[in-house]
Amino acid sequence: MSMPFYVSPEQLMKDRADYARKGIARGRSVVVLAYDDGIAFATENPSRALHKVSEIYDRIAFAAVGKYNEFENLRVAGVRYADLRGYSYDRGDVNARGLANAYAQTLGTVFTTESKPLEVELVVAEVGPDPGGDQIYRLSYDGSVTDEHGWVVMGGQAEDLGTRVAAEWSAGMTLPQVLGLAVRTLGAQAEGETRVIPAAQLEVAVLDRTRPRRAFRRLTGALLEDLLAGG
Amino acid sequence: MTTDPYGRLPRAFTAPGSASFVDFLAGHAPELLPGNRPLPAGAVPGAPHATTIVALTFDGGVVLAGDRRATMGPTIASREIEKVFPADEFSAVGIAGSAGLALEMVRLFQLELEHYEKIEGTLLSLDGKANRLATMIRSNLGLAMQGLAVVPLFAGYDLDRGTGRIFSYDVTGGRYEEHAHHSVGSGSVFARGSLKKLWQPDLDSDGAVRVAVEALVDAADDDSATGGPDTVRGIWPVVASVTAAGYLRVAESTLAEVVDAVLERRRAEHDREGASRRRPDGGLR
Repeated sequence: MSMPFYVSPEQLMKDRADYARKGIARGRSVVVLAYDDGIAFATENPSRALHKVSEIYDRIAFAAVGKYNEFENLRVAGVRYADLRGYSYDRGDVNARGLANAYAQTLGTVFTTESKPLEVELVVAEVGPDPGGDQIYRLSYDGSVTDEHGWVVMGGQAEDLGTRVAAEWSAGMTLPQVLGLAVRTLGAQAEGETRVIPAAQLEVAVLDRTRPRRAFRRLTGALLEDLLAGG
Repeated sequence: MTTDPYGRLPRAFTAPGSASFVDFLAGHAPELLPGNRPLPAGAVPGAPHATTIVALTFDGGVVLAGDRRATMGPTIASREIEKVFPADEFSAVGIAGSAGLALEMVRLFQLELEHYEKIEGTLLSLDGKANRLATMIRSNLGLAMQGLAVVPLFAGYDLDRGTGRIFSYDVTGGRYEEHAHHSVGSGSVFARGSLKKLWQPDLDSDGAVRVAVEALVDAADDDSATGGPDTVRGIWPVVASVTAAGYLRVAESTLAEVVDAVLERRRAEHDREGASRRRPDGGLR
């Protein structure tokens, strides 16, 4: 019987983290930006059926980058978690923090106990009755959670794009303004002109706090084009 | 509920496949399903019963309406219970029978439709929704045999066909599509007679609301378990229309006007009838 080579825990974790990070950086970025009436999500995604941004519950949405089958699985788990909680207690008792914790535990457990980490990065966002009540949680492949304020960029060249957003984003922007910023950010290239991404290539959704119960809404077609023209 | 030793979401949450919340509950937390609770022996003590629901189609949609009374034996358990609910954006469900179980079933049914919509990213077909409701009623058969039957009336706008459709059910989960109009509950016999005479194929939305109110007033006239419009407290029936634009609950102010018109006409007819029977000296012939 051959003995396996000794690998130090540090090295093991580092290898896993590198593996996950590489997988996540391969995909296209998702930009999450708070605006005066809610939270906007945008990504470059020509598919109309395979979504990266989805509704979880009345005021809660989910955005992900990385491997589709892995984050789709987590999305379905999130919908089940939220619906079960709302059914057992009340619709008002479902919040983003609880869901973010459940995701964090799941991602963390898979990262440490299974042979392959999940190659995903998630955002769980909830709109409150006013901008001060908005919550945006960012979850990494290793289960770490960060409570973000105002904006998140993940996937692809997340760091470069993040610096651009940080420079331009400010609290109280309107929806056309943040969508304009999102599209400029997604189209940014390391060298040369910013690409212009047509509306048909974008997946855009909002959590709109002015809507009565289910705040989540996808923006497509003529409506999206109008909003982009206004930004 | 089973929990994972590491605190991660249990296997049932990440199992791929089903878009049904009821199926998920059956696997993960079966005790939460209404049909899975053990029945204690003996007779069921008195519990509120919900009464009359009417539904009728009109050009471009369907109207569903219910009175506001719940009874417990000879007592009025509630005079402002609501028995008509949006099932999702394009359908509505009204309930008759054991109120507590029916309300729980509606809550689960609403969640079932929304859950499917979120997971699949698309709406169930109207027939699909009607079939899901049938399955849920079938699972309630044990309780129905104890006298706790739930008999809903389901109505919705079929986006594929572009028409309003009505489905009725029996306690065994039988699903029957009704044409033009239907009514369930204790006052349904009287409401159905009224609908039969008043329904016309070319009704518009306002006309359908008026016919629904007339039918409920007729049911309340002859059935003690059905409540008529309460003009003293201002409690009107719950009336909802479902069209291509979605579910819309008719405003209280509109209902007040419709009820006033219906009652005013009946009063005038009654006075005319009375006048023809009155002798010049004031007595009746």
